[in-house]
Amino acid sequence: MANHERNIWEKIADQLRSKSLWMLHYCTGCGAIELPPSMTSRFDMERFGMGPMATPRQADILFITGYLSAKTLRRVIYTYEQMPEPKYVIGFGSCTLNGGIYYDSYATINRLDYYIPVDLYIAGCMPRPEALLEAFNELMKMIRKGEANGWKQYKENYDWYKNNQIRSLGEVLVHDEFHE
Amino acid sequence: MMTIIRVAAVLLTGFFVGLTLEGVSRKIIARIQRRYGPPWYQNFIDVFKALSKNGITHGWIFDFGILMALGGVIATLAFVPLGDLVAFPGLDNLFIIVYLFAVGALGMAMGMVGSGNPNSSIGVARALTQMLGYEIPYMISVSAVMYYYKTASVSELMLSQQDSWTLLKMPLGGIVAFISLLGMLGKKPFDTPIAPAEIASGPMVELSAKYMGLLMLMHTFSIFVEIGLFVDIFLGISNYWTFLIKFTVIWILATLISSVLPRFRIEQVVKFYWKVPLGLAFLQALFVLLGWVF
Repeated sequence: MANHERNIWEKIADQLRSKSLWMLHYCTGCGAIELPPSMTSRFDMERFGMGPMATPRQADILFITGYLSAKTLRRVIYTYEQMPEPKYVIGFGSCTLNGGIYYDSYATINRLDYYIPVDLYIAGCMPRPEALLEAFNELMKMIRKGEANGWKQYKENYDWYKNNQIRSLGEVLVHDEFHE
Repeated sequence: MMTIIRVAAVLLTGFFVGLTLEGVSRKIIARIQRRYGPPWYQNFIDVFKALSKNGITHGWIFDFGILMALGGVIATLAFVPLGDLVAFPGLDNLFIIVYLFAVGALGMAMGMVGSGNPNSSIGVARALTQMLGYEIPYMISVSAVMYYYKTASVSELMLSQQDSWTLLKMPLGGIVAFISLLGMLGKKPFDTPIAPAEIASGPMVELSAKYMGLLMLMHTFSIFVEIGLFVDIFLGISNYWTFLIKFTVIWILATLISSVLPRFRIEQVVKFYWKVPLGLAFLQALFVLLGWVF
């Protein structure tokens, strides 16, 4: 990814974005269990200005824990495309990296970043809350330096991502009664 | 010219003090839960971050509704006296404030329903139902106060508490108004309209980025209107600084209550408001009519 020059306003905006990250967690995998301890008293994520949000529209981070089956991947892609830019994706656990223990399953995908651009991976099975907070701090640094550009990559290489998505999921004709 | 400066002073107070106190309340909730909590300026960061992102619109009704909500609440705040800082002297009538306040609420309802998401429609329906619940006891207890002092002007209601606070003269009415205030602020147990785990934060479900920022500002200003009215009517004479102190105390009290309670369902909210506070409000009105005021 070629380094895109930011002007002064974008630099200020990136500072703000790094200090107030709202998170949408997509927790169909087993990693969801590491989130409650990182949010509550012991590890207290809110002191970094982070917090869970209820809908994709309000969120900055899409946080994907664990494996994705072909069925849930479709929902993840819908969710990702509904989020307002700039948006960041964190893949949590080995399953999003290389398939983890499900590497030879017929129903799951192995690498998440064939389908949506992942800014940061947390390896491990399971990563502990310490690793989670470490990763969030790393993401904050990346945002401040302007390196978390996954959302731009997605726009620039949209055809490549779309081809991968269609190859794995097949094309779906969405029947939209509301607009017909 | 002076009017413009005074309006600007009121709105800037609402912006800075309101956002600061929201951050303080997050810190207090964190301390109750034995966490460290975000810094006190976290809400400023949140608002400016939200304004810096690229939002997604859902048609012109959505845009217009949000502007109407923010504009309506700002217009309302300009009429609320902050202690001795009155932007429009002589026009701070309680009825003007209550009617203008409905503009903001209706603007929000219109915009959110305009997004077309069923969750936001449910949230708006709940918000308006809850309004029906708390407005009636609140208006009855405030009308008793207005009847007793024979005026509807908020600053005159404040200035007629020379001997002692209205809260002490009419304790039942004060308690009813405070319980209604919890409902207006959307504090627990009355946060049914914005139930994040249940209807995905209700009215705010489709709000992205800039729209979210504007609605957060609207929320801050409406907190200022609601608590400001309570402080002016019930908590004695205050100048600008004592007003802010009383405001902070009431806000922290509401936060403390809200942080230890779970959430009512919507029909429980209305049933509660129409049983306990409404009964107490009628009792208070009866006492005022009989002249039993301390």
